[in-house]
Amino acid sequence: MAVAFWILAAVSVAAGIAVFVVDSMARATFALLASLLAVGLAFLLIDLQYLGVLIILMMVMEMLIMAVFMIMYMMNPAGLMPMKMVHNNRVAALVAGAVFALLAVGIFLTPWPRRRGEPPADPTHALGLSIMGPKMLVMMVIGVAILATMISTVVLATHRGRYDRYGDDLTRRPPDDPGPGHAHSPQPPVEHHHACGAPNPGEERT
Amino acid sequence: MTLEAFLLLAAALFAVGLYGALSQQSIVMLMMGLELMINGLIVAGGAFWYFLAPGTADGQVLVLVAVTVMALEMAMGFAVVTAIFRAREVDMTDDAGDLSG
Repeated sequence: MAVAFWILAAVSVAAGIAVFVVDSMARATFALLASLLAVGLAFLLIDLQYLGVLIILMMVMEMLIMAVFMIMYMMNPAGLMPMKMVHNNRVAALVAGAVFALLAVGIFLTPWPRRRGEPPADPTHALGLSIMGPKMLVMMVIGVAILATMISTVVLATHRGRYDRYGDDLTRRPPDDPGPGHAHSPQPPVEHHHACGAPNPGEERT
Repeated sequence: MTLEAFLLLAAALFAVGLYGALSQQSIVMLMMGLELMINGLIVAGGAFWYFLAPGTADGQVLVLVAVTVMALEMAMGFAVVTAIFRAREVDMTDDAGDLSG
């Protein structure tokens, strides 16, 4: 058990470091996935089968989606050239090292309390009873947070929404659309319609 | 396999993630650093549950929240990167210094 844990811990940290060393963002994503998978496997060692498998399954999907985005933003396709895009590298490394040293000292100096209770025979059962009972508020907040995230991601990622087209009070007619149409056509459509005597569909409403 | 060993792993992951979050210029790489930091928190949460208070499920709920936060952080981060890239063709942190004091 201890050997397995230390192997997984070494793999996890090494993969975490590899994220910032490899030359391609796609490889960095899979290095992060390896780090997360090692953590998920380590959870299996401390009786957290459900959470361990949850982390593994969820992170596999999450990192695959992430890989698509990383490749989308990758300025260095296929990692053929060295990729090192850092600023303030030395200070960042110093701060990270100092934080690790501080945390490690704290970990070994803190008098941790004694273990209270024993792991239940089925931790998953205990978790399920907890989140459907006394901890239900947590689950409700998570649900609302997920919904809020879905809405805000769509709003943020939308290229042109109705407020871009119809103005802030949604009254602009015709809508401000790029390409051939009313707003950006070389001849102003209002003048043109007046000259022809044809009714302007956008003008009728105003 | 002790609490200290697990917390040491958590601290190492957190520190590596912190380095990435501080040093990376690309916003998407910065988010990888944040993910690694949350990864460390997950390890710490699971370890605290098993080694200190396995009687209640509080630690497990904490891990569940952290895992969700991780997914939400990624989704929001990529939406923000997409939005700022659409608006200004920016995908580096140095070009997005609007809020720098």
